[in-house]
Amino acid sequence: MHASLGARALAVSLLVLALFLAAWHVATQGTGPTQVMDPEYAKLMGATATTGKSAMPGPLDVGATIWQHLKRPFYDNGPNDKGLGIQLAYSIGRVALGYLLAVVVAIPLGFLIGMSPLMSRALDPFIQILKPVSPLAWMPLALYTIKDSGLSAIFVIFICSLWPMLVNTAFGVASVRSEWLNVARTLEVGPLRRAFTVILPAAAPTIVTGMRISVGIAWLVIVAAEMLVGGTGIGYFVWNEWNNLSITNVIVAILVIGVVGMILDQALARLGRLVTFPE
Amino acid sequence: MALFDNPFSAATRFFKTGCSCGRHASQAEHDSLSAEAQAGRVVEGAVMRALFPDDMKRRAFLKAVGASTAAAAVAQFFPLGTASEAFAQAGKPEKSDLKVGFIPITCATPIIMAAPMGFYAKQGLNVEVVKTAGWAVIRDKTINKEYDAAHMLSPMPLAISMGVGSAPIPYTMPAVENINGQAITLAMKHKDKRDPKSWKGFKFAVPFDYSMHNYLLRYYLAEAGIDPDTDVQIRAVPPPEMVANLRADNIDGFLAPDPVNQRAVYDGVGFIHLLSKELWDGHPCCAFAASKDFVTGQPNTYAALLKAIIEATAFAAKTENRKQIAEAIAPANYLNQPVTVVEQVLTGTYADGLGNVKRDPKRIDFDPFPWESFAIWIMTQMKRWGQIKGDVDYQKIATEVYLATDAARLMREAGLTPPTATSKTFAVMGKTFDPSKPDDYIASFAIKRV
Repeated sequence: MHASLGARALAVSLLVLALFLAAWHVATQGTGPTQVMDPEYAKLMGATATTGKSAMPGPLDVGATIWQHLKRPFYDNGPNDKGLGIQLAYSIGRVALGYLLAVVVAIPLGFLIGMSPLMSRALDPFIQILKPVSPLAWMPLALYTIKDSGLSAIFVIFICSLWPMLVNTAFGVASVRSEWLNVARTLEVGPLRRAFTVILPAAAPTIVTGMRISVGIAWLVIVAAEMLVGGTGIGYFVWNEWNNLSITNVIVAILVIGVVGMILDQALARLGRLVTFPE
Repeated sequence: MALFDNPFSAATRFFKTGCSCGRHASQAEHDSLSAEAQAGRVVEGAVMRALFPDDMKRRAFLKAVGASTAAAAVAQFFPLGTASEAFAQAGKPEKSDLKVGFIPITCATPIIMAAPMGFYAKQGLNVEVVKTAGWAVIRDKTINKEYDAAHMLSPMPLAISMGVGSAPIPYTMPAVENINGQAITLAMKHKDKRDPKSWKGFKFAVPFDYSMHNYLLRYYLAEAGIDPDTDVQIRAVPPPEMVANLRADNIDGFLAPDPVNQRAVYDGVGFIHLLSKELWDGHPCCAFAASKDFVTGQPNTYAALLKAIIEATAFAAKTENRKQIAEAIAPANYLNQPVTVVEQVLTGTYADGLGNVKRDPKRIDFDPFPWESFAIWIMTQMKRWGQIKGDVDYQKIATEVYLATDAARLMREAGLTPPTATSKTFAVMGKTFDPSKPDDYIASFAIKRV
């Protein structure tokens, strides 16, 4: 009698988590070297120096901090101190905007490249050169020309999500089976109708895969971009807590970034399943 | 007497109702002076009223000597021109919602504390102080007009104006934030290497290329015979990364702004080798900077903002206020540091990382006056280390960027005594600097890049 695969996988997952947390807890328990200090001096020093407490927080500290953030996710103590929920909302807003702009540009352009061998050859060198550029390398240029840090961050998201979508759309469109196109041609379907009723459904799975890669990259980049421009967002939160050398909060932020990234990825995976068709 | 009447006219009566001189049908007709002249009149009136509490005596005096002689006589012992000018300039700010950028270090104390402690509000300004990730970003955001003014390192406005490291944009530095307040911190493993001659091969961090930290560290090393370009490595590292890098053993030490030094001590990863005060007592560090556009385009906002900063600086200069300031600026909204770290920096009673408690109330101090000779010294160092090439018109750039006269006027209004000169000599590591001979000064160094 065996439990289902899902249940067994869950059990293994929980076991791995428990082992990891236990190892983490034990590893941060130890005390480092301490010196004997006179009390007046000790009062001016931090816990790491006085009691030898590990600079790395344990799982219990992190848990307590997460609870603190969950209790008050939307507090607003002025421009430089906002709750985790507000920071996440800013980041998601930026990603959504930059990403949607990229969708609007990449998919039509990808269609054009995929349908026309001439454009494909002509634009290929530009795409090949611009694609491998790290999105953050655009940041100084964006700040200098756009003259607005918020828009610059959105531009960076736009430029980093553009390429995977563009390349995947072009590839998907170009590799639609020629039989289908020939059938469309014998039926004398117009080019616009052919694009929407034959090519789009056929290329949709590849396009959505491109979109899924893009959203992952966009979410990776927003953190770095916000660390650079500051102000608001989860990336700023990480930077601000780094400034305070609060490793606990940085770990909390890492967890939150991971969870949101997973949700975004799963949403597009679901979209991908909707447009997939059996051949 | 009505508010805008000429107090130097014998016909004017101070103590009556109706039209003030009696020669006009209505007070409105009588009040046909320009706004500027009116402002002047208010001041003159106040002075004359103080001098002659009895109206009869004032009128008799004016009749006897004549208005112009009287005005000249009064101006001799009371600078009417200055008072009128100051009054006229305290007009309503053109814009009251402002954004001022800062880097979370104690150098920015006056800019930061002016928000929670109400110095901006007192000038009728609604200022949002925005924490910014680094010097290059704060420069770009100010140039892009996202910030109306910003906290900068005192060499930055000079570098921006001269177009070093960015496109040249006329920049101004109306006030210094803090003097002293930096330190050289070394990793714990170097606690027996206190002589800089033994520092060959060290890796150091400074916050920015165009910073007093860079110039002071280079100066200190060069005095010990260490060439800062070839014998050691100096990198620009953002202050928050410094402690983490020191812990990770990536760098051997840094000359950094506080609270970074004290934070390294607090976390037990480094010790304070010496305070920057021991190199040059009274050196400038950070500054309040704004574009020339802002200064000339919105003179009233600029004056109100600068006045708030100067008053905050004056408040911070008093040692008895420092504890209160530490509590106001330590929370997450501003510096985001433990209060005790900020307090040790501001009060000057601090742990040095080697087991001693040291006391130096002048560890950091606040003095808004932007001495032009500071600018000239900074430019000599820029030239010495090859950041600027060719001939430099030191005095001209210094006067254009470091707005010493504006600061002096507003300091007077804030009840402070500004210095009468705009340049002074000072000594860096015992060597006197004469601002009138910058090129001789550069030539006198053994290690240089010119």
